[in-house]
Amino acid sequence: MSTATHDHAHGHSHDGGHAHDDHAHDHKPYGMMRWLGSTNHKDIGTMYLWFSFTMFLVGGVMALIIRAELFQPGLQIVRPEFFNSMTTYHGLIMVFGAIMPAFVGFANWLIPMQIGAPDMAFPRMNNLSFWLLPPAAMLLIAAQFAPGGGAGVGWTMYAPLTTQAGPAMDLTIFAVHILGMSSIMGSINIITTILNMRAPGMTLMKMPLFCWTWLITAYLLVASMPVLAGAVTMTLTDRHFGTNFFNAAGGGDPVLYQHIFWFFGHPEVYIIAIPAFGVVSQVIPAFSRKPLFGYASMVYATASIAILSFMVWAHHMYTVGMPVEAQLYFMYATTLIAIPTGVKVFNWVATMWKGSLTFETPMLFALGFLFLFSLGGFTGLVLSIVPVDVQLHDTYYVVAHFHYVMVAGALFSAFAGIYFWLPKWTGRMYNETLGKWHFWLSLIFFNVTFFVQHFLGLAGMPRRVPDYALQFAEFNMISSIGAFGFGLSQLLFLYVVVKCITSGEKAEQKQWEGADSLEWTHLPSPAPYHSFVTPPALK
Amino acid sequence: MRNKLVKTISNTFAALTTAATAMSLMFPATAFAEYKLNLQIPNSALGHTIYDLHTIITWVCVVIFIVVFGFMFYAIFKHRKSVGHPASNFHEHFWVEVAWTIVPCIILLVMMVPATKALIQLRDTSEPDMTIKATGYQWKWGYDYIKGEGEGISFYSSLSTPRAQIEGTEKKGEHYLLETDTHVVVPVGKKIRMLVTAADVIHAWWVPALAVKQDAVPGFIRDTWFKATEPGIFRGQCAELCGKDHGFMPIVVEVKTAADYSKWVDSQKASMKKAAVADAPDKAWTLDELKARGEKVYAANCVACHQPTGMGNPPTFPALSGSKIVNGPKEEQLDRVLNGKAGTAMAPFKHLSDADLASVITYTRNSWANKTGEMVAPADVKAARAATK
Ligand code: HEC
Ligand code: HEM
Ligand SMILES: [Cu+2]
Ligand SMILES: [Cu+2]
Repeated sequence: MSTATHDHAHGHSHDGGHAHDDHAHDHKPYGMMRWLGSTNHKDIGTMYLWFSFTMFLVGGVMALIIRAELFQPGLQIVRPEFFNSMTTYHGLIMVFGAIMPAFVGFANWLIPMQIGAPDMAFPRMNNLSFWLLPPAAMLLIAAQFAPGGGAGVGWTMYAPLTTQAGPAMDLTIFAVHILGMSSIMGSINIITTILNMRAPGMTLMKMPLFCWTWLITAYLLVASMPVLAGAVTMTLTDRHFGTNFFNAAGGGDPVLYQHIFWFFGHPEVYIIAIPAFGVVSQVIPAFSRKPLFGYASMVYATASIAILSFMVWAHHMYTVGMPVEAQLYFMYATTLIAIPTGVKVFNWVATMWKGSLTFETPMLFALGFLFLFSLGGFTGLVLSIVPVDVQLHDTYYVVAHFHYVMVAGALFSAFAGIYFWLPKWTGRMYNETLGKWHFWLSLIFFNVTFFVQHFLGLAGMPRRVPDYALQFAEFNMISSIGAFGFGLSQLLFLYVVVKCITSGEKAEQKQWEGADSLEWTHLPSPAPYHSFVTPPALK
Repeated sequence: MRNKLVKTISNTFAALTTAATAMSLMFPATAFAEYKLNLQIPNSALGHTIYDLHTIITWVCVVIFIVVFGFMFYAIFKHRKSVGHPASNFHEHFWVEVAWTIVPCIILLVMMVPATKALIQLRDTSEPDMTIKATGYQWKWGYDYIKGEGEGISFYSSLSTPRAQIEGTEKKGEHYLLETDTHVVVPVGKKIRMLVTAADVIHAWWVPALAVKQDAVPGFIRDTWFKATEPGIFRGQCAELCGKDHGFMPIVVEVKTAADYSKWVDSQKASMKKAAVADAPDKAWTLDELKARGEKVYAANCVACHQPTGMGNPPTFPALSGSKIVNGPKEEQLDRVLNGKAGTAMAPFKHLSDADLASVITYTRNSWANKTGEMVAPADVKAARAATK
């Protein structure tokens, strides 16, 4: 290993392994140790983002295996057990491996810069939160090779199917524990950073909305991840240590698992969505050359969404046979979430109203987000109506719904963020034409893949099935074609990013005319290794 | 620039349609049905209520969507820099913000009225004309007629689509994957209360045209109901992931007129009586009789996991051919099949009759590589049952 290792071995207490004789603030350790031992928020942010993209490709390949099998009726490519394993790990990897780490990556990169801080509050814990992810991912992948194959239980891991699953289930549970620890540490770091390290004059209500959304998301994570950890631990002890939490024969109740899972699961949906709202709330004003409309109401709407998200969990369980009073309550509470969500959408549109709009790639993705996320919101409203959900629950309508909010919502917002901040991060511009191609291809293929799934669900195709009746053949074929198109389009994204990093044109400090947060107004492109060594002077 | 984009989009679409056409030409063997865009045509009053509710809500959403994004697209075209629109600087407006909070509240309140009514109707299982219990098994359904005309009838219902169609060596039939060996027969115009439960993992009993979907939770009994308005055959599927063959456990409900239903009940009763005589406890079975019957029981209950060859699908599903338990003392095998093994997919098969259990055990002890030459009689099963009680 390099000399950097030696510096550490001295017990030199400084983070990041500075060489002893050099305390210049843009000095970086070299080689492997720069990454393994990194305590720098930018390096850790970068690692989060690359990790996320890798997982996105792994989960994407799994999705394509699913779609390849569903291209035609009949079993052609995989066996049903393997198919179930693919849906399970596709879901887990996309949610915990791709989308969540992507936004933690953004948080790492941006929060210190946007609040005028030098770094995150707990740099070493930051390092640990990241380095817990690769082992967890490894466990999820290793589960495929456990005796009996991956656990085909769905990403929701409902009992008592989980009691039947093989050793892969234990690996998966362990992976979920590790992912949870990582998220909780990341959240503590974000909360502390935002509450304690703002530059003088940066009051909470002056923070860029992205920081607000992460502050709220971090609280959601701290409150909900332990609940998931509890649910999977109870599954583990039911499997191996003779407990009967979810076993009716022993006095337990399988539905209890679902209540616990969704008490985590619904906030989880907003853990994914709220940082996406944050990114879009930075991008849309910048390209409208106008301040965000209703900043204060955006903060309140986000906070109310977060609070409400803990009170609606059983809308995922309308068909388990709850008392009708409970169903009524959950229906009313769920539709209530539409109000603050609506406020946000209206605010974004009002931000654009009478602006001076331009449509660079980040803006295109933000608009794609706005349009398609709202569509997913509307199908969510349809699903919240219990009698209608009784027909649509566990069908492809639901699959379409959550891919509109997760892919066209969260993922498009992440793309918008990447294109928006790449110039700041790398000091180089991406190729605008190729970026636009990436947007239009993603937009079209996304809709080809998922729009038709609404029809499949309405007509009665259940989800999580490896084969289907003949009346579903056409739309499945279209959906599969779209999925492969979408998958391939993402390779273009990889190309654009790599090309930008290696040979993009030089970017300016304030690459976007309308951008007004500190990273654009106070820091050069690329941003220095340590963001604000002295707090910026704010009015 | 804009022209270039439009061209790009239309080219992509053209390519897609060509690809799709090419694909459909490549697979002419697949029977293509028309494109179905909406919920199935309901066959119950409640189904119609839900259908209409869905239509109304969808249209409300479409209208709001068009209004909101009408504004967005207007801004996109009129308020762009390239047409020289200058940026204003406003960033709040109290009354507008109040309005777009209150108006959605009112729309939602109005929507909740029909939704609440439909929900209360949906959950009202009182005063049924008949009660049927549906039990989910990995991977088939069992039905017991509990109350009303036909009381006492009981049977299993599993997928009848041949393996060859699924694997593609044979042309797929019209009702591919939506056909079963026995149908749940019910009379038209009668309120049928369904008690839904499961024996192993969670399943869900779902027939779209009758607007019923109810999770089947092991250890608990939930209820739901339907009342068919027209005779006919209505097909559904299990709607909750229940393991390997979740996609292969359909439900077929056959709605008959009152007279036809009575005829069906009579014929069922007659064949049950015949079966009872055939399975009389004092009947002396021969090994060949048991084996022949066991083969059928095996095909209906065990092949999904242990395979027709008895080779299973190790390590998840062990082979029975050559198995130590199957070739060992019969008590152990009786125990395994009667009581299953907790924590594995091997569920208890207590619900099968003594004669069925005796025959399937005899069959497995004398098939493939297993040549014990021993038979297990219904009386042995009875004794084993008594021992575990
Ligand atoms: C849902 C899948 C499934 C079905 C259906 C099923 N089994 Fe099993 N069976 C299993 C599994 C899994 C095991 C292994 C249990 C263990 O881990 O010991 C097993 C084990 C057995 C064994 C013990 C074999 C050995 O060597 O350990 C016997 C005997 C057996 N099954 C008989 C039957 C019979 C008879 C039927 C039909 C009435 C049947 N099984 C239906 C899954 C199934
Ligand atoms: C190319 C993009 C994608 C394609 C083609 C795709 C496709 C699919 C398919 C076919 C299923 C199985 C549906 C079922 O049988 O129930 C599925 C499930 C799922 N997908 Fe995706 N997906 C994509 C991206 C994503 C992303 C980015 C997320 C991020 C959060 C995601 C989250 C999920 C989840 C949570 C499930 C449910 C898994 C389960 O049923 O247990 N997907 N996806
Ligand atoms: Cu939810
Ligand atoms: Cu099922």
